[in-house]
Amino acid sequence: MLTKKQLITKGILDISPHMLSVIPFGIICGAIGVELGFNPYLVYAMSFIIFGGASQIVFLQLISGGASSFVAVSSVGIINSRHLLYGAVLSEYLEKLSFIKRLLISYVVVDQSFSESNKFFKTNKTEQHLHYHLIGTGCTLWVCWQISTLSGIILGSFVPEELGLKFAIPLTFIAIVVQDLKKIDHVVVMITCGLSSLLFFDAPFKSYIIISPIIALFVASLLLRIKK
Amino acid sequence: MTWLSIIIAGVLTYLTRMAMIALVSREMLGDKIKAVLEYVPSAVFPAIIFPAIFINDFGSFVEINDPKIFGAIVAVIVGYFSKNIIATILAGLLSYWFLIFIVFN
Repeated sequence: MLTKKQLITKGILDISPHMLSVIPFGIICGAIGVELGFNPYLVYAMSFIIFGGASQIVFLQLISGGASSFVAVSSVGIINSRHLLYGAVLSEYLEKLSFIKRLLISYVVVDQSFSESNKFFKTNKTEQHLHYHLIGTGCTLWVCWQISTLSGIILGSFVPEELGLKFAIPLTFIAIVVQDLKKIDHVVVMITCGLSSLLFFDAPFKSYIIISPIIALFVASLLLRIKK
Repeated sequence: MTWLSIIIAGVLTYLTRMAMIALVSREMLGDKIKAVLEYVPSAVFPAIIFPAIFINDFGSFVEINDPKIFGAIVAVIVGYFSKNIIATILAGLLSYWFLIFIVFN
């Protein structure tokens, strides 16, 4: 049985490699906001209030492009609706927590903290204080996101644009799913999702980001039926 | 007005994170749903990966010889065999840089 401290440390170690892409992305995110002419306090407040990388950039780009607040807010909501799926997966492991603790820990559920903690949860179901792993992954990402967006806001885009560091984002997610390529059913689900996302890329409010997972999960349920 | 929008967007985002964790319990999800939920990472992350590789900043498809496609393939191969996140990201970035700064320059 691991102690709470060991679980937090494990969480921090498990998510740290992803900071290689999160930190440059945060810097870019902060710098873009200022370049688009937004109040720096407002750009930073988003990292605290919304705390969702891609959705923050989309919000700023839409508003500066003259879109209505309604369109910008809806887009953020739709882009981030994928967290509903993360929550459904994690709920099984967090149900023993008090209601207040569940409310608090929800704030740090983001793509990478979900995926790394979920991997840990699946293989350590018997641990008593499992959620401390999620505190470790989530808070590490939160702190790095705050510092990196803030430095992007203050220092501007000191990361040269020619480096194309935005490309680190898909790479981080490749690192997350690549081991599941060993399982043919997962490969089918991934390809379904990927192709759907290209097909529905122009759907309004960036809804491809939730339409394609729904299609892919539907295919997954069909695969489960065939397996039986 | 923008401040208000950010706060509403933030509340919405928080609700998407909190809703299932705070309001769903084990009994509410049947075994079938739980089996499907096993696929969530595989069903969600390609929707972030594919457009970031195959669609450019202007919303159109990239050419088949785009350096990002090459970088992604290298990252998949290195990631698959190394099982190492840092190696995967660096392999993808370095091969991408090799193409844009040396080969296509």
